[in-house]
Amino acid sequence: MNRIIKIIFLDILKNKIVLGYTLILALLSWSSFGLEDNSAKGLLTILNVILFTVPLVSILFATIYLYNSSEFIELLLSQPIKRKKIWLSLFLGLSLSMVAAFFIGAGIPLLINAPDSVGLMMVIVGCLISLVFVALAFLSSILTRDKAKGIGISIMSWLFFALLFDGLVLFLLFQFSDYPIEKAMVAVTAFSPIDLARIQILLQLDVSAMMGYTGAIFKDFFGTAIGLSVSFLLLCLWVIIPFWVSLEKFKNKDL
Amino acid sequence: MKKIFYILLLFSSILQAKVIEVGTNKPIKSIQKAIVLAKVGDTVLVHKGHYKEGNIIINKRIVFIGKNYPILDGQKKYEVLSIKADGVIVRGFKVIKSGYATLEDPCGIKVYNKNNVVIQNNILDDNFFGIYIQNGANCIVKNNKVSAYGKEEQRIGNGIHCWKSDRLQIISNTISGHRDGIYFEFVTNSTIKGNFSTKNIRYGLHFMFSNDDAYISNVFKNNGAGVAVMFTRRVKMVNNHFEENWGDAAYGLFLKEISDSFIIGNKFAKNTSGIHMEGTSRILVQKNSFEANGWGMKIQASCMDNEIQNNNFVGNTFDISTNGSLVLNTFNGNYWDKYEGYDLDKNGVGDVPFHPLSLFSVITENNPSAMLLFRSFMITLLDKSEKILPSITPDNFIDKKPLMHSLPL
Repeated sequence: MNRIIKIIFLDILKNKIVLGYTLILALLSWSSFGLEDNSAKGLLTILNVILFTVPLVSILFATIYLYNSSEFIELLLSQPIKRKKIWLSLFLGLSLSMVAAFFIGAGIPLLINAPDSVGLMMVIVGCLISLVFVALAFLSSILTRDKAKGIGISIMSWLFFALLFDGLVLFLLFQFSDYPIEKAMVAVTAFSPIDLARIQILLQLDVSAMMGYTGAIFKDFFGTAIGLSVSFLLLCLWVIIPFWVSLEKFKNKDL
Repeated sequence: MKKIFYILLLFSSILQAKVIEVGTNKPIKSIQKAIVLAKVGDTVLVHKGHYKEGNIIINKRIVFIGKNYPILDGQKKYEVLSIKADGVIVRGFKVIKSGYATLEDPCGIKVYNKNNVVIQNNILDDNFFGIYIQNGANCIVKNNKVSAYGKEEQRIGNGIHCWKSDRLQIISNTISGHRDGIYFEFVTNSTIKGNFSTKNIRYGLHFMFSNDDAYISNVFKNNGAGVAVMFTRRVKMVNNHFEENWGDAAYGLFLKEISDSFIIGNKFAKNTSGIHMEGTSRILVQKNSFEANGWGMKIQASCMDNEIQNNNFVGNTFDISTNGSLVLNTFNGNYWDKYEGYDLDKNGVGDVPFHPLSLFSVITENNPSAMLLFRSFMITLLDKSEKILPSITPDNFIDKKPLMHSLPL
């Protein structure tokens, strides 16, 4: 298994896209920290990168990579290796490279320029988000054999989580604003990994505003040790469940 | 000539104030007795010890000095020290454990309708009310340490409580754990300077119906609800620090029905709301720094003719929010770190006006739960389009001359 991971990892390094991604992240982070004298704006830039760019690149790159390596997968399948092992090593190889790219590109400048709870939280959350969207890529690429369709599904799911979901939540908020929906809203966020990530960072970044009335409700949940572990657990579930579903499908897939 | 000199000397020896010493190994062991023996102008010097004498009443003009902080213990039953004479000086005592009663408000040290009293360098610990000046004038409260351990508002009094007084000076005191750190009601022409008020249950400073006062260089930190200044005219608030006042009803500075006042050179950091204004008018807010607050300023629509100029707004979640569309206040020459305009003529002033009111601050004002969506990409998009074409936020809510660089404050 380690050898397959190694082969995939080296293959990804060879095609230079991930290197480019790392470079762009690094450029963005260093320049945004360097432009302003206070680190707040740099943090905001990286927050947007985490919530927007990282999911997009992770899901698109992983989906396309999976489709392009279908022949390699078939080759592997002809060997006496378990399907589970192949799929898992593919996942680990891909997610390792995406996480490494994020960590080197954005994580290191973050930890150097904002070495506090905000920076640390952003690094952890960014890595988790990379994992989540790689897992979603696995799911979308296993759903259909058609490459265009698969990439379409992955772009749609990114669009949904990055933009549409929040629009829907905003709509719900206004429709039900006469009801005490704060607690229900906390539950709703569990349905979007990007929201989970955003709120965790928000609680570190905008702690003063979050101490206000409704903020306090969110803080009471997400800010406590239990809430923190629950939201991290949920993020991990967002990695595990899509990947597990794709794994089950891959096991029985007629190639 | 010599005769006159001797006569004068004789007189001066008669007029000279006596020093009556009180202590465990001195002839007089009781403070009460010493006060009875003392004449106007005498000094009662109390040596180190633990004195449980119930309510000590000073009813003549004496100098009352403690050496090495003798403890005056109210045993949770009595008011400890009652001052009922003009010109009394109280210095160097440790006053502890006053009684608790809601009708009489027993205090550590209380001044009853007297003037020119000086309360200095005392330590007050675990009292119901700390220092209470009732209907006094020209009194000085200086360098005292007032602490208590209140858990709920109803069970604890204020640190330094001043009522219906004039020309007071409250200087360099440290107050913690009371209901309100410093409380002013109907107090005029007074100064509050250099105090440190922290961890009080309600307000660090509570200020009502007190005209023509100034508070300068105080630090109000981590109080239950910050600082409240209400129903007052002509207040000067200069160089104070308002920090870490967190909670829904917590404000760095809460202004209600204030007019003709100055807020200059203060620092508001890490509060849920830096300044909350309600019904205030003709206030000059100048050269303050607002840093890392949830809301820099909340200006309700009931405020008018306030001038907000030359302030720094840095790292706040929302710089400004309001609850209406009426704009009767002016913003000029502030530095906003959220400003994205340009400065073609390089004069340090941005060429396009800044809208300090973001769409999302209006949305959260109407629907607080929307806070959950803050910093979402969707919201950022909406905010951007609102900045270009204001539809929900009032389009005349602008700073015409936003600064490009922060002011050195």
